[in-house]
Amino acid sequence: MVKTIIGALAAGALATSAQAANELKVGFLSTLSGPGGGIGIEIRDGFNLALKLAGGKLGGLPTEIVFADDQLNPEVGKQLTERLLKRDRVNLMTGVVFSNVMLAVWPTIEQAKVFYVAPNSTPTRISGEGCSPYFFSASWPNEGHHEAAGHFATSKGFKNAYLIAPNYPAGKDALTGFKRGYKNNIVAELYTKVNQLDYSAELAQIRAAKPDTLYAFLPGGMGINFIKQFVASGLSKDIQLVVPGFVSDQDIVRAVGEPMLGMFDTSHWSYDLDNDANRKFVAAFEKEYKRIPSLFAEQGYTTALIIDAAVKGAKGRVEDEKAFRAALMSAPTRVKTPRGDWKAANNGTPIQDYYVRVVAKDKNGRIVNKKIGTVLSKHVDFWAKDCKMK
Amino acid sequence: MTVTLFLEQTLNGVQFGLMLFLLAAGLTLVFGIMDMINLAHGSLYMIGAYLMASLAQATGSFWVALPLALLATALVGAALEIAVLRRLYERDHMTQVLATFAIILIANEVVRIIWGSQPILLNAPVGLTGPVELPGGIQYASYRLAIIAIGLLVAALLYVLVAKTRVGMLVRAGASNREMATAMGVDIRRLFTAVFAIGAALCGLAGAMLGPILAVQVGMGENILILAFVVIVIGGIGSIRGAFVGALLVGLVDTMGRALLPLVFATLFPPMVASNLGPSLSSIMIYVLMAAVLFFRPQGLFPARG
Repeated sequence: MVKTIIGALAAGALATSAQAANELKVGFLSTLSGPGGGIGIEIRDGFNLALKLAGGKLGGLPTEIVFADDQLNPEVGKQLTERLLKRDRVNLMTGVVFSNVMLAVWPTIEQAKVFYVAPNSTPTRISGEGCSPYFFSASWPNEGHHEAAGHFATSKGFKNAYLIAPNYPAGKDALTGFKRGYKNNIVAELYTKVNQLDYSAELAQIRAAKPDTLYAFLPGGMGINFIKQFVASGLSKDIQLVVPGFVSDQDIVRAVGEPMLGMFDTSHWSYDLDNDANRKFVAAFEKEYKRIPSLFAEQGYTTALIIDAAVKGAKGRVEDEKAFRAALMSAPTRVKTPRGDWKAANNGTPIQDYYVRVVAKDKNGRIVNKKIGTVLSKHVDFWAKDCKMK
Repeated sequence: MTVTLFLEQTLNGVQFGLMLFLLAAGLTLVFGIMDMINLAHGSLYMIGAYLMASLAQATGSFWVALPLALLATALVGAALEIAVLRRLYERDHMTQVLATFAIILIANEVVRIIWGSQPILLNAPVGLTGPVELPGGIQYASYRLAIIAIGLLVAALLYVLVAKTRVGMLVRAGASNREMATAMGVDIRRLFTAVFAIGAALCGLAGAMLGPILAVQVGMGENILILAFVVIVIGGIGSIRGAFVGALLVGLVDTMGRALLPLVFATLFPPMVASNLGPSLSSIMIYVLMAAVLFFRPQGLFPARG
């Protein structure tokens, strides 16, 4: 907060010099407080780690990050975006966690012709017909994990699935994605309030419906509330909970602990992925923050790597739209990221693998998400076909 | 919807209401008696949950940690009152809102510095982790039953404290007319510190009891504080009885809204419309309730001031 204020004041005074092409100013709009704040902080920590390992420079340019906290409020996000673009005059934006904020701030960013690199939310409304040369995702298309989970639930032989997600754009994307992958019967779809505290009414309905699997997309604090209450209600004995990696990674494992053992999730990344870039990332993250990274941290880290590679590829000319766009699209092929090899589809979203993980203990007794298989290989966003860009 | 499911949902509503009551009771005492808008009430709730989580880890026992967490939160509350809030009583409500909002930000940062920014572990005590079977074949989380029991116990204790004891008389006197109470020789400063400490202990209890079913994380207080304010506005500011009835109403309306509205809409509208309308409308039900109560009884259901 203080940092952004100082940043804002400095930018106001030095508005012209900030435009100089020999330095990079990145606007990092994220959810850094409140019940969704844990996710934003994971992403920020991952991003900061990559920046630190690169010696504080992205693409060889001295880099300043201007942080702003949207508090998971689309209105606040919009105001802060205006400020980052007009007063701080950032060259590049990133950071948004939640899709409702993303959709609210996106028109402003696109109109300003500033590039945005997504470390998380990549709504279908921006990846399909509404795709844009200024949007690039270093995370995943919104439906990816969910589609993978649908395939996984089918392959596991689950016949009756109950679906639950928050009532906001990514919740809709999540269940649409799951339904595309899942081939058997769907008992019901339930949308709940964003940041809901108590799920007893929903759990009672789920118990009455008797599904054999429950697919829950409830990220952050919602997931902690839900899983604690799900376990306490005794439903975990009769119903197999399947979730996307956002609802079962370290941020939630640390808060729920043992009751999560045996849960399945899908993810584009796992802490035990066997490649050098990943080993380096996991070791550096644990050393820096004294905790195991989550997939959100990997996304933040990869976002910084992609920006680094893109700025380098464009020889620092972020303002040269054509050159920077080309450098951004080819960036994934020029840098090793912890999730392994991937490339960008025509709509700027990753073509990548999705894995199944299980919550289990590692050899030191820590609770982790272990990779047990691959569900989707080189998966392309379903909506890329609607994007007119080449 | 079967009868069993309906009964279970009613129980869920009562349980959620009692959860809110734990928080609203302290808030209404402070707001009603001291005429002080304390937004930092949610911060005390958060501090209670964090202290509980740490103490449960340190002592290895939920039930040993519980009284310690209550006491510690009460001390934090008393210290806050003496150090900061005391200076705000004479100021207008806007100043109080600003100052206590600042306390929220400070408390969040302090918790972040001490415990880190990621949610921390707090689980239900051994023996209350699973469900129990109630008459009628309802499987119900035993921990939620414990919350119901403690909520009712606190309500009963507060009733006795406020209605039957000398302290309660002073509290009621302070709530209905502060100047007159002072004129009659009541030591308002000490009374306020005591009331605030009790309010903080109730916050600590709410945080400690809700921690095992809700996320213990920075900012957890703000989310639930809004509901607590709705409860005391409906119940009538300063009234414990109002907080109790208001909390049960909010709990029942919210739960029943979530359980029944989607079913009703599903029979009235096509699925696409129903799946959009149901969750949107059920999430504003409690505000509709609040608006209705304020329309007919602007002072709330059980106003403390005559």
